[in-house]
Amino acid sequence: MRPFDFVRPTSVDEALAAWEDGAAWLGGGTNLVDLMKTGAVAPTRLIDLSRLPGMRGIEVLADGSTRIGALVGNSELANDPDFAGNFPMVAEAILSGASGQIRNAATVAGNVMQHPREAWFHGPASDPLAGDTGKLAVLGTDGAPAAVNPSDFCVPLVALGAVVEIVGPDGTRDIPVADLHRMPTADDPRHTTLTPGELILALRLPPEAAGFAAHSRYLKVRDRTSFAFALTSAAACMRIEDGKIAEARLTLGAVAPRPWRVAEAEDLLKGQTPGPEVFATAAELALDGARAVGGNDWKIDLARRTALRALDMAAAGTPAEMPALPASVFGTQRKEPAHA
Amino acid sequence: MSLSISLSINGAARDIVLDDVRVTLLDLLRERLALPGTKKGCDRGQCGACTVLVNGQRVNSCLTLAATLDGATVTTIEGLAQGDRLHPVQQAFLEHDGFQCGYCTPGQIMSAVGLIAEGHAGDDADRIREGMSGNLCRCSAYRGITEAVQDATRRMTAQAAEDAA
Ligand SMILES: Cc1cc2nc3c(=O)[nH]c(=O)nc-3n(C[C@H](O)[C@H](O)[C@H](O)COP(=O)(O)OP(=O)(O)OC[C@H]3O[C@@H](n4cnc5c(N)ncnc54)[C@H](O)[C@@H]3O)c2cc1C
Ligand code: FES
Ligand code: FES
Repeated sequence: MRPFDFVRPTSVDEALAAWEDGAAWLGGGTNLVDLMKTGAVAPTRLIDLSRLPGMRGIEVLADGSTRIGALVGNSELANDPDFAGNFPMVAEAILSGASGQIRNAATVAGNVMQHPREAWFHGPASDPLAGDTGKLAVLGTDGAPAAVNPSDFCVPLVALGAVVEIVGPDGTRDIPVADLHRMPTADDPRHTTLTPGELILALRLPPEAAGFAAHSRYLKVRDRTSFAFALTSAAACMRIEDGKIAEARLTLGAVAPRPWRVAEAEDLLKGQTPGPEVFATAAELALDGARAVGGNDWKIDLARRTALRALDMAAAGTPAEMPALPASVFGTQRKEPAHA
Repeated sequence: MSLSISLSINGAARDIVLDDVRVTLLDLLRERLALPGTKKGCDRGQCGACTVLVNGQRVNSCLTLAATLDGATVTTIEGLAQGDRLHPVQQAFLEHDGFQCGYCTPGQIMSAVGLIAEGHAGDDADRIREGMSGNLCRCSAYRGITEAVQDATRRMTAQAAEDAA
């Protein structure tokens, strides 16, 4: 690890003033410290956010939105009964990520800002097609080899229209989580659209997001039952009125450099009676334009099936015991719909 | 850069001057404080061997910079037993063969103590396996580990009920 200096500001103003070129914000450190050990990132200054006031609350604002302070822990958010009751698929996504230890240390802002995992992404001038190409993005890159966004949490956030509150030297701004991630290029290696020196203060879910609570699932498919990144995932939710879908949301994870929300599939579902055929058509639409890179055709098929099954599970209803347990091949039979 | 921190480790207050802010909690415990019970497996958050409690929550000490811990309370495997009396989780690991070589065991035990305090798994074997998935065991003692955590959970719940009565 390269040497750095370490500062512990006690106000947002102090934190912004401590920023210098080459600095990094430190949340729980579960991603940043790991990358510093490999040398993939080498900040000259770490700005520890843990002492910043007013960034640890989960609150419902006057307009009905839910505001989550940047330093709220991943475990804390997923296990908050009110939050998990209103946004079950967000809780389910968080709890399907990483391990108990990592979720305890990780902050929500650190989660949405986490770096892509692929080893080649971290090395200088390395060739993505030289390594394991199986996990490369199949959407949103125009066929160029690119890493996927690895966050589970961001997938339901995008489905529900969440927003990031940001402060920087020029004041504050909001951006949708859907516009937070980008594909790094040779000229601009950033994996997010934040300008260096900008700080996330909070995440916000709009008032209508809680309306999906009764039919809301996050499905994650991975190499092993637990403690692995997604091969594919999907957040699906709907409001069902008089037996018809009044509104649906569908976002795929681990297929593109950002969570992949599919408005066409959502439009198609509106007004329909939930059922396998209409879900299959929606899942087909969701993968429209997908291109295999380096032989990962399987990912396109798997993502389509993941979307289909997530829609099916959402229509069946949010299980009483949330989060549902990821199904284990060794596990006992359960009545509740199981993860893949 | 050097930095002074004060923290409590296994109940003892410690004032520590970090002559290098790059040091992780894991290296601080093992190399500087003569507490080698906490193990280093991967040093990357992937195996759980380094699990300790910070302010009562289980975390990976290999990903925790010591510099962030000013004012924190840390519990390691060395801080669990009370004199000769083992912690119920330690006792249950012995009784259920929750280990073979023992390398992962301090991390498993600290993770189990954290999991039981979180209170979301109860004595449900599937939920315990899911809750313990951040701790790998190369000897694959998983069956004994799960049984030990189930048993310790039951004993600790019974004890808590007795204490409350
Ligand atoms: C072994 C392992 C397995 C994992 N498995 C999964 C998984 O299955 N699914 C999943 O989703 N994730 C997984 N993760 C990733 C994990 O979710 C992230 O490491 C964690 O969420 C990061 O949060 P943090 O607070 O520790 O971030 P940090 O490591 O502190 O920071 C991460 C990035 O965010 C920036 N940042 C932090 N706070 C702010 C802020 N307020 N404003 C602007 N920028 C900020 C930092 O500068 C840094 O670039 C895994 C990680 C590990 C180590
Ligand atoms: S040594 Fe910390 S998780 Fe492996
Ligand atoms: S007992 Fe040997 S690694 Fe777990």
